Amino acid sequence: MSQNTATELAPKKIKDGDAWYPTSQRDMFVVRQLVTKDFKLKYRRSVLGIAWSVLNPLLMMLVQAAVFTRLMVRSDTSIPNFPIYLILGNTAWSLMSDATRQGMESIIHAQSLLKKVRINRWVFPVQKVLFAVVNYTFSLAAVAVVMAAFGWTLSPWALLLPLGVLYLTIFCIGLSLLLSSLAVFFRDVIHLWGVVLTAWMYLTPLFYSVSILPDWMASIMRFNPMYLYITFIRRILLWKMAPGLLVHGGCIGFALLMLGIGYAVFRKTEDRFILFI
Amino acid sequence: MPNEIIHANEPGSIVVDDVTMTFNIAKEQFNSLKEYFIALTRHELKFKPFHALKNVSFTIEPGESVGLVGTNGSGKSTMLKIIAGVLSPSEGRVEVNGNIAPLIELGAGFDRELTARENIYLNGALLGYRKEFIDENFDRIVEFAELQNFMDMPLKNYSSGMVARIAFSIATITEPDLLIVDEALSVGDKFFREKCERRINELVNSKNVTVLFVSHSVDQVKRVCDRCIWIEKGDLRMDGPAKEVADAYANMKR
Ligand SMILES: Nc1ncnc2c1ncn2[C@@H]1O[C@H](COP(=O)(O)OP(=O)(O)OP(=O)(O)O)[C@@H](O)[C@H]1O
Ligand SMILES: [Mg+2]
Repeated sequence: MSQNTATELAPKKIKDGDAWYPTSQRDMFVVRQLVTKDFKLKYRRSVLGIAWSVLNPLLMMLVQAAVFTRLMVRSDTSIPNFPIYLILGNTAWSLMSDATRQGMESIIHAQSLLKKVRINRWVFPVQKVLFAVVNYTFSLAAVAVVMAAFGWTLSPWALLLPLGVLYLTIFCIGLSLLLSSLAVFFRDVIHLWGVVLTAWMYLTPLFYSVSILPDWMASIMRFNPMYLYITFIRRILLWKMAPGLLVHGGCIGFALLMLGIGYAVFRKTEDRFILFI
Repeated sequence: MPNEIIHANEPGSIVVDDVTMTFNIAKEQFNSLKEYFIALTRHELKFKPFHALKNVSFTIEPGESVGLVGTNGSGKSTMLKIIAGVLSPSEGRVEVNGNIAPLIELGAGFDRELTARENIYLNGALLGYRKEFIDENFDRIVEFAELQNFMDMPLKNYSSGMVARIAFSIATITEPDLLIVDEALSVGDKFFREKCERRINELVNSKNVTVLFVSHSVDQVKRVCDRCIWIEKGDLRMDGPAKEVADAYANMKR
């Protein structure tokens, strides 16, 4: 591909033999097309369009800030700036919950394609996760707005953000691969996952800080991958500090573990998908 | 016993070796865990096999044009899907070499919500086309389909014949190594069907393209193909020159 961009700047007739990507490069174009498709369809009929990707997290943050500032944070001085704390956690959480919810149903929804077209099945869960990442990127504009409103500056640690998002993305891909294959065989998983997400959300310090938790809960928090990813992001953006070896290692570890499990289950079951969708 | 394994070495060749396709038609589509466990405790997880294809073998050389005939439910579409790589055979081996343009089901690879323009890119991507290739040939695709004025309309507002036009147009805009057609064109009007047949003939005559197509029209098979394979109730009944096999099939029906 790289050699093409260099030589094909001037428009020239593509020979028929050049019509196809080599097999190994096809999936990327398909994924790009599918993400573009989702994006177009999501905003096609809305007046504000893409602006919703920014507005949504902002409004969410405002509501939560209004409610929780009074309720819980008064006595908790460990959070330097509550609105920023909130929006960083919420956007990262939405990335995971959107990615897995959509990724989980991706195979079922792609049934007509899977029955008629030859296509690598992993494309669908991965595409949904990438779509969630694109949305996350837009919601960073909302984060920027909030930070600007409070005159918050960035430290060089902020440069680690792409890395943090990458870990979270890999984690979500693994989880979506796992959930999408389970959902094909047992539709119950879809309902169950909604419940799990809700419970998981309350168990993750999105609008409170770990310091208000009893010791035993705080100590098992490091086994909550979402806590690790969110802490990674909050440390580099909010606290302007290093993510820390433990958190950084945990982020990588959970990402690889989840990807390994998801990939293994997906590969083992994908040949039978077509009989169940 | 097969003593020599044949491989599909050249672009456009197909090897189907002792392929059996078994579907499970027991009630095993458990849509909930509860159903699953009830069935499990009642030992109802039995496998009720249905053989859509039974030990089918044939080899197709590059450039051949082969018609596939058989009564309804005989396994023709299943065979095409296996060759196109959509289904994997339960037993046996299928080797296909080269780029495939599959026209198996109408509107496969289209999204009804997207416009025709967007669908051409999506479908092109699914066929494995390069983006630059689609950019460059977009107008030719639209022109062949004769739908210049409908490009920005969502596909859901298209008639099924219009969808078939676009699908055929994308798949045959360049010479694939292998063209697979399954009745997808039957919804086109007379003029477009003739146009498609001319295009298929062009591809057949170029001798660069292997054409495999299902048709219920014995005359069409005789017109277009050199060879015909007759699959009946999952068994390979006959394989030989188009006229001979097509006639045998036509006479069986009486
Ligand atoms: N996913 C599936 N699950 C169970 N049975 C299936 C499945 N797909 C096909 N079959 C069965 O396999 C048999 C062959 O189907 P197929 O679609 O290949 O027939 P066909 O020869 O294309 O028929 P037609 O001429 O009507 O198009 C049919 O009896 C059909 O019910
Ligand atoms: Mg059929």
